[in-house]
Amino acid sequence: MPHTSQSHPALAEKFTANRERAQWHDKALWFVREKRDRMASSVPEWELLRETASAIKRHTQSRMADYLEQFETNAAKNGIIVHWAIDAHEHNQIVLSILRKHNVRRLVKSKSMLTEECHLNPYLEKHGIDVVDTDLGERIVQLRKETPSHIVLPAIHIKKEEVGECFHEHLGTEKGASDPNYLTEAARHHLRERFCQADAGLTGVNFAIAETGGIVICTNEGNADLGVSLPKIHIACMGMEKLLPRAADLSVFLRLLARSATGQPITTYSSHFHGPRPGCEMHIVIVDNGRSEILKSPEFRQSLDCIRCGACMNTCPVYRRSGGHSYQSTVPGPIGSVLTPIQTPEKHSSLPFACSLCGSCTDVCPVKIPLHHQLFAMREVLDQKRLIGASKKFSMKLAAGVLSRTWLFNLLGGTARLALRWTPRFLIYNPLNVWGRQRELPDAPKKSFRQLYAERQRRK
Amino acid sequence: MSDVTADAPPQAFPVPPFVDASKMPIMPDSRNQILSKIRAALPQSSPLPDLAPQGPWQTFDDPEARFAEVLKFVGGQAVRVSTLAEAHSHLQTNPAWASGKVRVSVVPGVGDSTIDLSTIPDPHDLENVDFAILQGQLCVAENGAVWVQDDTVRHRVLYFIPQHLAIVVPSAALVHNLHEAYAKITIGQHRFAGFISGPSKTADIEQSLVIGAHGARSMTVYRVDELNS
Repeated sequence: MPHTSQSHPALAEKFTANRERAQWHDKALWFVREKRDRMASSVPEWELLRETASAIKRHTQSRMADYLEQFETNAAKNGIIVHWAIDAHEHNQIVLSILRKHNVRRLVKSKSMLTEECHLNPYLEKHGIDVVDTDLGERIVQLRKETPSHIVLPAIHIKKEEVGECFHEHLGTEKGASDPNYLTEAARHHLRERFCQADAGLTGVNFAIAETGGIVICTNEGNADLGVSLPKIHIACMGMEKLLPRAADLSVFLRLLARSATGQPITTYSSHFHGPRPGCEMHIVIVDNGRSEILKSPEFRQSLDCIRCGACMNTCPVYRRSGGHSYQSTVPGPIGSVLTPIQTPEKHSSLPFACSLCGSCTDVCPVKIPLHHQLFAMREVLDQKRLIGASKKFSMKLAAGVLSRTWLFNLLGGTARLALRWTPRFLIYNPLNVWGRQRELPDAPKKSFRQLYAERQRRK
Repeated sequence: MSDVTADAPPQAFPVPPFVDASKMPIMPDSRNQILSKIRAALPQSSPLPDLAPQGPWQTFDDPEARFAEVLKFVGGQAVRVSTLAEAHSHLQTNPAWASGKVRVSVVPGVGDSTIDLSTIPDPHDLENVDFAILQGQLCVAENGAVWVQDDTVRHRVLYFIPQHLAIVVPSAALVHNLHEAYAKITIGQHRFAGFISGPSKTADIEQSLVIGAHGARSMTVYRVDELNS
C-alpha cells in the first residue's frame, strides 16, 4: 500500500504545509549537523576512528553468541540478574514481572529507544504502573501524548511556546512563559520530586561489555544516573547488538558518539555500571525482537552496528524537511528507513523512497553503515515483495526504456528542449505535474551535451 | 468441525481469554532460542582491531591547557593548585559554596561537611545537598572529562544529586585522550564508575543550552600537586 494517508509522502506533505515551521525545523537540525562537523574535523584521526569502530562491530557480529554468553557469565558474577526476551511482548512481561515482584508503583525511565520499540510505557500503564520519562525532551512528548520525533532530540519538532503551554497545563508554570531556562528549571523541580518518589529506575544501554559484564549509559542531563542511584531496583533494557568485546573498545565509541550526536566532545555523564548497590537489585534484559533475523541478511546486517547517534537524521535533507513523525517509525530518518521496513515491509514500504540517495548519511555515520546503499537495496527487496506502487513502477519502466535506446533518448531530448522553450507555463506547472509543485525546471539549453561535444571536437 | 470462524485465523499458540498474559510464566528457553538463532546467522569471522593506547591518537602540546579549555567549553571550571589548602581557600571565593546550607566533603582539607555521611543509610536523605566535594582519579585532556569511582563515597548519588559539585584530582593524573585513559583505569572493579564532563545540561527546548538539567548546576575540578605521590 504505497500511497495511503500514513505513507511518508502523505505525512510529509502535512508537515511542509506549514512552510515557516518546516524551515525552522530544517535549520534547527542543520545547526546540530554543523556542530558535529566542527567536532569531527577537530579530531585528526576521525576516519581511523570510524574504520576501527566499524571493524570492532564487524568482529563482534561474527562472534555475537559467544560474546553474549561471556557477557551473561560476567554480569552474573557482578551480581546482575540477566534476562532474555525473544520479542517485544516477552520483554514487556519480564519488566512487569520484576516490578510486580517488588510492588513497584512508580517507575522513572531514562531514554531507551528499545522500550519505545517494544511499546513498554502503554503496557506498564495498562497494568497500573506510573511511568515517568525523565529526559526533558521525552517528558515533554510524554506530557503531550506524542512519541519522540528524533532519537537524540525527542522534542526537536516542538516550539518553546508550545512547551510553555504544555508546562502551564501540567506543571503549573506561568501562562505564556517560553524562556528555556525558566521552563527547564520548572522541569528540574517537577522531576526531582519524581526521582525521589520512584520505586524503581529503568534505563536503556549504550554499550555492554562482554569482558567485564557491565553496561555504559550516556546522558547529558544525569537523569539515568539519578534514576538508578535512588531507588533499589535498576532495570536496564538492551538490544543484543549493543555488545562490545572489551572495555578498551569504549575509547573508540565514546569518542565518536557525542561528537556525532550533538557536537560535544563527550556526554556530560558516561556512567559504567557493574552491579547493584549494596542491598539493591540490578537487572539486564537482553532483547532479540527480530535482530537475529537482520543478522542473517548479508545485505542489511551492518544496520545493526548503529549506535543511535542520530547524525544521519540531522544531515538528511528529507528528514530535516519532513519531520520525524512522517516516518511513523520508532527510529526515523535514514537508519530507520532501513531497520523498520526489514521488520514491517507492508506498513513501511514508502520509507526507503524518502531519500534522494545523496549519500550524506553514509558520510556522517560514525560506524560507517553504507546507509544509502542499504536504502537502495531495500527498494529492490520491496519490489520483489510487490510493494511498490504502480505509478512509481511505470515511470521507472518508462525511464529504463528511454535510457536504453540512444535514438529515442536523442529524439526525446531534442523534443523536450524545443517544447520547454515554447510551451506556456500553465501547461508545464499544472496540478497534474506533481513533480513541478515545489520545483522549477532550469532554462532549457539550446543544444544537447552531445551536440556541444561534437562541435568542440570539430574545432580542435 | 471446529468453531474457528473464517475471519479469525487460528493463532500459533492460542491463549485462553481468561489468562492474564502478564501472569503467564516466562518461557525459560528464550535464551537458548536466541543464541541458536544467532549461531545460525553468524557472518564470516573478522579480526578484532588492536587498540594500542599509544596508537596514532590525538595528543596535545599542552594537555593541561587543553583540559581547562574543553572543561570551560562544556560549562565547567578547572583550577590548578599546589596544595589542598589552596583549593580550600579558592572554594571560599565560590558563592555557591559560601551560600550552600548543606555541604559534604569527602576530601580532607578541602571544604567541610554539615552532615555526617556515615549516619545516613538512605541516599534519599541527600536530596537537599547544596554542595559536594568528591574525589576524582583521572582527567582527560581531549574532552574535559574526569573519571570518578564509587569506592571514595558511600552513596554514588552524590555525584548527581548536589546542586553544585567540586572534584579533587591529583594534578599528575592527566592523559591526552580516552585510549590512554582506558589503559590506566580498571573497568569492572566498581559497581559505579564513570566520566563526568562539566555540569548537567540539556538543549531539549529548541536547542537552547541550559545548564543544570537534573544534576549539578556547576562543576569545578581542582587539580592538586600535593596529591601526586
